[in-house]
Amino acid sequence: MSEIDPITLAVLAGRMEQIADEMDATLFRAAFNPIIAEAHDASHGLYHATSGDTLVQGKSGLPIFVGVMAFAVKAVIDKAAADGDLADGDIYIFNDAHMGGTHLSDMRLVRPYFRDGEMFCYLASVGHWHDVGGAVPGNYNPSATDAFQEAFVLPPVKLARAGAIQQDVIDIIMRNTRLPQSAQGDLNGQLGALDLGVKRLDALLDEYGADTVRAALDALGHRAEALMRSELDTLPDGRWEAEDFLDNDGITDQALPIRVALEIKGDQMTLDFTGTAPVTAGPVNIALPTAVATAYVAIKHIFPALPANAGVMRPIDVRIPEGSLLSAEFPAPVGGYTETILRMIDVIFSAMAQAAPDRVVANAYGTINALSIAGKRANGQPWVMFSFFGGGHGGSIESDGLNHGNAPISTATIPPLEILEAAYPVMFKQWALRPDSAGAGQHRGGLGAVYEIELLEENARAFLFGERGRFAPKGIVGGSDGAMNHFEYEQDDGWHEPPMSSKMLGMQLKRGQSVRLETPGGGGYGPASDRDPAAVARDVALGFLSSDKATELYGPAWQEVQP
Amino acid sequence: MSKMVGVDVGGTFTDVFILDEATGQARVAKVPTTRPDQSGGFLNGIGQQIDDLSQIAVVVHGTTAGTNALLERKGAKIGVITTKGLGDVLEMRRRDRPRTWGLRGDFEPVVPRDRRLEVTERTLADGTKRTKVDLDEVQNATNTLLEMGCEAVAILFANAYANSENEAEAARLVRQIWPNDHVSVSSEILPEIREFERFSTAALNAYLQPEVAGYLNRLETALKGGGFGGEFMIVQSNGGVMGVDTACQLPVRTALSGPAAGVIAAGYIAETAGFPDVITGDVGGTSFDVSLVAGGQSALAPQTSIDFGMVVRTPMIEIATIGAGGGSIAWVDKGGLLNIGPESAGSDPGPVAYGRGNTRPTVTDANVVLGRIDPDSPIGGIAKLDVEAAKTAIDQHVGAPLGLDTMAAAEAILTVANSRMAGAIRLVSIERGYDPKRFSYMPFGGGGALHAGAILADVGLARAIVPRFPGVTSAMGCVIADMRQDFVQTLNVMADQVDEDALREVMQAHVNQGLAMLDAAKSSFERRDTIFELDMAYVGQTHTVSVPLRVEMDGTTVVAPTRAQIAEAFDQAYHATYGRLLKNGTRRVMNLRSAVIGRRPKFDLKALAPKDGGTIEAALKTHRKVHFGDSWHETAIYDRLSLPVGAVIQGPAILEQLDTTILIEPDLQGTIDAYGNVIIERRA
Repeated sequence: MSEIDPITLAVLAGRMEQIADEMDATLFRAAFNPIIAEAHDASHGLYHATSGDTLVQGKSGLPIFVGVMAFAVKAVIDKAAADGDLADGDIYIFNDAHMGGTHLSDMRLVRPYFRDGEMFCYLASVGHWHDVGGAVPGNYNPSATDAFQEAFVLPPVKLARAGAIQQDVIDIIMRNTRLPQSAQGDLNGQLGALDLGVKRLDALLDEYGADTVRAALDALGHRAEALMRSELDTLPDGRWEAEDFLDNDGITDQALPIRVALEIKGDQMTLDFTGTAPVTAGPVNIALPTAVATAYVAIKHIFPALPANAGVMRPIDVRIPEGSLLSAEFPAPVGGYTETILRMIDVIFSAMAQAAPDRVVANAYGTINALSIAGKRANGQPWVMFSFFGGGHGGSIESDGLNHGNAPISTATIPPLEILEAAYPVMFKQWALRPDSAGAGQHRGGLGAVYEIELLEENARAFLFGERGRFAPKGIVGGSDGAMNHFEYEQDDGWHEPPMSSKMLGMQLKRGQSVRLETPGGGGYGPASDRDPAAVARDVALGFLSSDKATELYGPAWQEVQP
Repeated sequence: MSKMVGVDVGGTFTDVFILDEATGQARVAKVPTTRPDQSGGFLNGIGQQIDDLSQIAVVVHGTTAGTNALLERKGAKIGVITTKGLGDVLEMRRRDRPRTWGLRGDFEPVVPRDRRLEVTERTLADGTKRTKVDLDEVQNATNTLLEMGCEAVAILFANAYANSENEAEAARLVRQIWPNDHVSVSSEILPEIREFERFSTAALNAYLQPEVAGYLNRLETALKGGGFGGEFMIVQSNGGVMGVDTACQLPVRTALSGPAAGVIAAGYIAETAGFPDVITGDVGGTSFDVSLVAGGQSALAPQTSIDFGMVVRTPMIEIATIGAGGGSIAWVDKGGLLNIGPESAGSDPGPVAYGRGNTRPTVTDANVVLGRIDPDSPIGGIAKLDVEAAKTAIDQHVGAPLGLDTMAAAEAILTVANSRMAGAIRLVSIERGYDPKRFSYMPFGGGGALHAGAILADVGLARAIVPRFPGVTSAMGCVIADMRQDFVQTLNVMADQVDEDALREVMQAHVNQGLAMLDAAKSSFERRDTIFELDMAYVGQTHTVSVPLRVEMDGTTVVAPTRAQIAEAFDQAYHATYGRLLKNGTRRVMNLRSAVIGRRPKFDLKALAPKDGGTIEAALKTHRKVHFGDSWHETAIYDRLSLPVGAVIQGPAILEQLDTTILIEPDLQGTIDAYGNVIIERRA
């Protein structure tokens, strides 16, 4: 491989990143469903021709996809090798989460890119489709005990053969979704993004030559690795452990430990999840690709300047125990994967906080709280309100945690309550910050939220898939934990809590009855005794903190100062 | 009374553009911006060119007063009165975070929680008033806010877009009590669904009102004191102008006032020159701002975030920004990769060559070292540039780590910076669904024309158009911009159930209000235009497409569009956007958007063209060595403003003028067109 000059390298780094960005932009613009178009639950990139490793990935895609896509490409590489018929113009499609990570809603398209008859790299596109069959519209089934109840499962198959689209495959897919128009729109958008990627790569290779671009890709991998090693080098050697728990799997009310041992030796790091709970009957499992990708998300949050390139992971050994809920085999259900990977990120942060407290933020609220309320209108029309809800972020060396943020694995925003009220027969009696929910600390956590929703139609059923009802988001460096998740629903005889704490299937509601979700605050950073009493007094004045709680957590000093 | 004056107050300079409508003559002035009160520089700038302010018919101002107050959090102490249970909407935002990676950072809303008071009231999404507003609570809340020292107040009620009665009733009472007219009401400012965006816009309006109204009133008073008896107008973010009274009521509409004026001017100059599709690029101290004008029309964005969590929803010229400007710092990361920005030395301390204490090399330093900027008469208010210091910085921070000599390192900095700017242009085009190759490029601002050639080559654009006075484009845009008022009303109704009469009434109300504003203006208009658009989507889709409605006007009376016309217009717009329609999809109308525009007479850009009699030879100032690629080239330096129409200058050449340096690279040529623009193209 030829040495590449530093100027060409810097230019090519930007050009290739931009190809991925332009693919993102193409799909966001063309996608029909708002999960892609507005929440940007999608991603694009360039991947290594033989290993599938991430070479470049777009900046606007969802954080969790950075890393997980390599597994999707690897699944296609293995499939093509087994079949021995890879050709220029092929496009593979699949949603199998056990091969490609995340969940079955994510449809993956992988396209080999040939140059002068030779494999050069892969282009891939992933996007969250609105519906892919299964028992529950939208595919969030908290009672699923296998993948078949979650969605239609598509293994890697050729959507295009040597440039010819296989309409048969499209017909099969479209017959297996409740929303074929939406699915067709998203599929067209993803194909368009891949086409654009090919066009841009053609132009880039025409301009610079395949050898130079290959050399640049190689150099960028080395650079990513060097950056990671130099970061690790600045950290102390040692071994640190952390554990946390999932409330339950939604089927048996038993806590599920997630454990990590983080070891740094020179410029290398090991993340060993030995001791984590075994595969569960309910859908809080994740597949191995998801677990490795999650480690990457956590690391990129700790070192935000690192590029989206597989080289970053070379000095990091991620050990996922066989048979654990972090390496579930097909067809174990994985629909609730978000909760499990949020907990993985939490334990990695908690372990890293012992090694390098200034690099890490305390635990964020740690659950997406997928709440849906569904019923029929007076005219017989069915409706389903479905949304994720926010909570507090952790405190850091810099500042208090953010109030009401989104989950670390996502960048999606919440719809305005007026949009929800206009679309569904509900009214938000409260949409507010949750006092006394922040973990105390020198820099306290961000506040969680309170959402109280009243039903305005005769009957409906409420579903919830949440976590952190039994185990609070942790503080770090002596900071306290945030408040736990708390969910209640109203019945004729008063308010009730679900037996599984934050998971509930189809509870009946009548007109005028409400559900109330109180989400966790973030953990605190540093000891509460180090907090400026004026900051405590200000929190009391603003109503973030009750005066009793303020004195209990921080002592009486705040009463003597002006906020 | 024949002079039109445009004034753009930027961070460093206040630019003035003066057009004498009687003689067709144009003059420009550039003076330092005064701080904290910008009115000093404003008046100095005008005074440099005009002794007697009574000669001025119109002063149009592009202002950053509002933007700066938002960015620096220097607005007024305000309070909020809002629906019970929803007092935290402004602080909760839309559940986002400041940065994708890192999870750090918190957010302080412009109005803290103890000044956001809740009152009993509730309207439902269909407009049903579930709970009448409790006026006793409103009165108590108003008095509490006044006791707390609030100077302005925002009234923010849920679903007030669907039925504003509760909000209006509360507003009537508050206005009786409030000691000034700084009362912002969400349904008056933005009767559109989405409470966070509406509340944020109304609250930021209140936050700006005392500050911006005070500033504009000071200016107006000073102008009048100098004998000015004409009309004083302000550029809005949508690229149109409004009267100063409206600006004092709706200061939030000035959030992107200055940059918007620049894009308006750029679009007009390009179209006049025969190139209606143009991408503008403004190279500032810390950023590169890109905007797209297709078919003479600027792309408008429905909203922007001034800063994290500070959303302003009002139509505005769409401007994309990346952190690569003249002051952006070049550095090599631990992985050995050369990066430009996002850290910037800005204009103070500025580039190393400014000699004000910065020691890390910037993009401008690379231009200086390569001989592209004259070190003895630079722009930017510096007497002389320190070339040696710039070389040392480049050697140390870029050359040494990459193993390059000084010149190669400086070239490397520019190559990477140009590549990033080109990338921003490509991305903006893709996002709007255009192939960038059909566009011309117009650099403006002081530094833009140094990078134009490289960007042409990188993106594959056909030509660059450097306007006659690129450094005062925004000030010129002030003089060009039309008067414009935008309106919105959420309808949220199925297309086949639209109440045609009710829709007509809303449209008529918008037209009446807009025309009344035009009537009240002292300007004369060539023409009055009304534009109607519907935001529509299929049911189940939240992303709306903007559907232009061709509506008949009977004089000033709106003829209602029929349901069938609305459906047809949607199908056309949807097909144009997505390339297909949905069988059996139900069409929904979300919002009506109306704009009433008074077209101001355009001045003839030929007024700016060089006068007859100049020659290329006379414009040649000197020769200087300039570095291109890997060698020094003897390069002709011209006085740009002296070059005659039709002159063709072969690269390498540099055209200098007071506020800009234009670089014509060795394989390019520059032609002076009939308007005095320099058209840069590949050599014939």
